[in-house]
Amino acid sequence: MPLDFTKPTPPSDDKRWKLVQATMRRWGNHHDALIETLHTVQESFGYLDNDALTYVAAALRVPLSRAYGVATFYHFFRLKPAGKHTCVVCTGTACYIKGADQILESIRQAYDVKPGETTADGQISVLTARCLGACGLAAAVVYDGEVAGKQDAASTLERLGKWVEQ
Amino acid sequence: MRYYRSHVMVCTSPQCVDKGARTLMKRLQEELAAQGLADEVAVLETPHIGDCANGPEIMVYPDRVHYAGLTLEDLPSLVEEYFKKGRVVTRLLSQFRPPVDKELGPPKPKEVRVVLRNCGKIDPENIEDYIAEDGYQALAKVLTEMTPEQVIEEILASGLRGRGGAGFPTGRKWQFCRAAAGSPKYVVCNADEGDPGAFMNRRVLEGDPHSVIEGMIIAAYAIGASYGYIYCRAEYPIAVRTLREAIRQAREYGFLGQNILGTDFSFDLEVRMGAGAFVCGEETALMASIEGKRGHPRTRPPFPAVSGLWGKPTNINNVESYAVVPQIILKGSAWYASMGTATSKGTKTFALAGDVNNTGLIEVPFGITMREIIYDVGGGIKGGKGFKAVQTGGPMGGCLPAAYLDVPVDYESLTSAGSIMGSGGMVVMDEETCMVDIARFFMEFIQDESCGKCIPCRVGTRHLLEILERICAGLGKPDDIEELEHLSSLIRRSSLCGLGQGAPNPVVTTLRHFRSEYEAHIYDKRCPAKVCRALIRYEIDPAFCTGCTLCARNCPVNAISGERRQPHTINQELCTRCGICKQVCKFDAVTVS
Ligand SMILES: Cc1cc2nc3c(=O)[nH]c(=O)nc-3n(C[C@H](O)[C@H](O)[C@H](O)COP(=O)(O)O)c2cc1C
Ligand code: FES
Repeated sequence: MPLDFTKPTPPSDDKRWKLVQATMRRWGNHHDALIETLHTVQESFGYLDNDALTYVAAALRVPLSRAYGVATFYHFFRLKPAGKHTCVVCTGTACYIKGADQILESIRQAYDVKPGETTADGQISVLTARCLGACGLAAAVVYDGEVAGKQDAASTLERLGKWVEQ
Repeated sequence: MRYYRSHVMVCTSPQCVDKGARTLMKRLQEELAAQGLADEVAVLETPHIGDCANGPEIMVYPDRVHYAGLTLEDLPSLVEEYFKKGRVVTRLLSQFRPPVDKELGPPKPKEVRVVLRNCGKIDPENIEDYIAEDGYQALAKVLTEMTPEQVIEEILASGLRGRGGAGFPTGRKWQFCRAAAGSPKYVVCNADEGDPGAFMNRRVLEGDPHSVIEGMIIAAYAIGASYGYIYCRAEYPIAVRTLREAIRQAREYGFLGQNILGTDFSFDLEVRMGAGAFVCGEETALMASIEGKRGHPRTRPPFPAVSGLWGKPTNINNVESYAVVPQIILKGSAWYASMGTATSKGTKTFALAGDVNNTGLIEVPFGITMREIIYDVGGGIKGGKGFKAVQTGGPMGGCLPAAYLDVPVDYESLTSAGSIMGSGGMVVMDEETCMVDIARFFMEFIQDESCGKCIPCRVGTRHLLEILERICAGLGKPDDIEELEHLSSLIRRSSLCGLGQGAPNPVVTTLRHFRSEYEAHIYDKRCPAKVCRALIRYEIDPAFCTGCTLCARNCPVNAISGERRQPHTINQELCTRCGICKQVCKFDAVTVS
C-alpha cells in the first residue's frame, strides 16, 4: 500500500459519483465497505463496469483483483448493462414445484435468451432469483421490479409480449 | 425504568392536536393523579394511531383498547370506569379497524405465536408501538436487575436452541463467547435466510424489527460485546430499510449508543447487506462478507466465539433466536420451557409452501406432528390430491415420505429421519412431483452456490448433478444408484463447510425413501410422476378436443396443427414438452403419458 495516498478522482464528472462517494464516506472509506459501495454503484448506474471497479478499489485502497473478485463472487452484482426491461424468474423450491423451469424454457424458446442474458435488441434481460420470499404466491416472477404471483409459462409470455410490442 | 400496569398512548398528530389532544392529555394525567392511579398508568405521546378523523384518540396497552372522539367531560367517568374498575366504556370505543396483515392473517388452528406475536399488530416503523407491547422492558430488567451470568443462566434454563439450522443451545454459545479472551467482542445477527422456500426471518425483520434489536442488545450485555452487525440479504430491501429506521429510533430513545438507559453499558449496531450468495448464510462465510471479502467459509475450530470478525470473539445467532430472547427474560425461562418436547423447547416458525391449501407463515410449538401441520394448519393438499413428501431444512435438508407424517417435529426426530430442521422452510409435494427431479433441482442449486473453495463440494456436487441429469434424461445406467451413494458419503465426509457436508442430503433421503422411483427411471425409462421431459409425451385426446386452436396459438415451437373445430395433433418431433398446451387447454384434452 503506498504511503502517499491521494484520493482518486471519479471516472467522470457524472453527479451519481457523489452518491458513491457519500457511501464510502459513511463507512469511513474503510475497505470493509467494499460490498456496500458496490451496491451503491449498481443502484446508481445499473451495473459495474471496469472504470467503476478500478475507481472504487483505488478509493477504498484494496487491490483491483479483490474488487473484481467480490463483484464476480456475488450473484447480485452485474458486470454488463441490463436490458430495457428485466424479468426475474424465481427458481426457489416453491416456485420450481409450480413450474418455474417451464417458464424459463418457454422464454428461451420464444426469445432465445437464457437466464443472465439480454435479448439481442437490448429489450429484455432475463434473470433468476433464489426465492423472493413470496413462496405463498408461487410461481413468482418480477416484471420490472413488480412482483407477480401465480405465474405460468403462458402468462409470462403474454407479459413479455406486451413489452416487445411497445 | 418503572413498571406501569398500563400505558396510555395519546395521539398527537396535527389533526388530533387541532382537536385538543394536548389539553386532553394534560387533563387525563391530572384525573389519573386525582384518582390515585398516577403510579400505575403512564401517559405517553404517539405520533399516530389511525382514527385521527375522529380525534382526539387514545390507545391503552396492554389491553389494546382504542378510544376516540373523547371530550374533557368524558375523562372523570372514563378513568373511574375503565382505569379503576376495569370496565371497557363501549360508548367511547373507536370504530377504526387496523388493516389485517394479509401475508400472515389471523392465527390458524393449532398456531401459537411467540416470535410472530407482534407481526402485523404493531407499526414496525414506530418504536412506541413496540414499547407499548412491553418492548425494551426486558432490556431494562437485564441492565438493572441481572448480572450477565444470570442472563446466560436464564437463557440456558429456557432450553432455547439456535434457529439457524443446527440447533446449538444458545445459552451455551453465549457462555463460550463470554469466556473467550479478546476485545472488543461482537454480536452478529444472521439475517441471510438463503434457503429458497423460507421467509420467516423476513417477516420478523419487516414486522417486528425491535424484538431482534432488543435481543441483540441483551446478548451483547451477557457476552460483554460492544458492537453488533445485522447481516441481511440484499433480496430483502424492505427489511433493510425497516431495520435501519428501527436502529435510528432505538438510538434516539437511548436503547443503543453510549450509556444505555443511564447504565455504564454501551453498545451500537449496524446493518450490512449481502449480495446474493447462499453460502454467506454459513457463519464463517458471513463474517468474511461483513469484512467486505468474497464469502468463503473457513474450517472450524476456531469457532467464531473464539475467533470471529477480525479475529475477535464473536457471537452469531439467527434472527429468530434473538427475537425470542426479550420474551424469555420477561416471562421467565419456565414459561418458554413449558412449550415443546424434552429436547426442543418453545415454538418454531415455518414457511409452509408447495401443494397445500394455506401456504404462508406459521408458528407452532415443537412436538406437533407433520400431519397436524399439513392438514390442520395448512388445510390439506391442494385439489384433494395425495400427499407424497415434505421437504424440510432447505437445500441441505431432506424429503420425508408419508410414513413420517405422525412423527413429532423436533430437532432430533427430523435428524433421525435423515432430514434436518434447518431454518424452517417446509415444502409440501403432492403425488405429481418426481423425486428424482427434485433431487436434481437441489443439486443444481448447490452446484450453483458452491463457493468453489473445497474440491469435494465443487467437483463432487457437479458429478452428482451430471448423474442425476442423465437419469432424468432417460440415460441412467445400472450402477448409477451405487455411484450416487458412494459419492454422497465421500462429499459428506470431506467437505469444508456445512454446505458441502449437507449437499448430498436431498439425494440420500430420496434414495432412502423413494428408491423405486430411481429404479423406474433407470431400468424402465419411465417417470412415474410424469415430470421428466425426456420420458413423457404430450398428446391431444380427440374425444375432448374442440378445435378451439388455443393450444396451437400458444405453442412456442409451433408443434401443434389442426383445422379450426377439428381435433388437433402434436408433432412429437417438434414438441419440447414445455406443457403450455396442457396449461391453456380449457377442456382437459391434453394428456401426458
Ligand atoms: C450453507 C449454509 C447456509 C446457512 N444459511 C443460514 C441462514 O440463511 N440463516 C441462518 O440463520 N443460519 C444459516 N446457517 C447456519 C449458520 O452457519 C449458523 O449456524 C447460525 O447462524 C447460528 O445461529 P443459531 O445458533 O441462532 O442457529 C447456514 C449454514 C450453512 C452451512
Ligand atoms: S421459492 Fe419463489 S418466492 Fe420462494
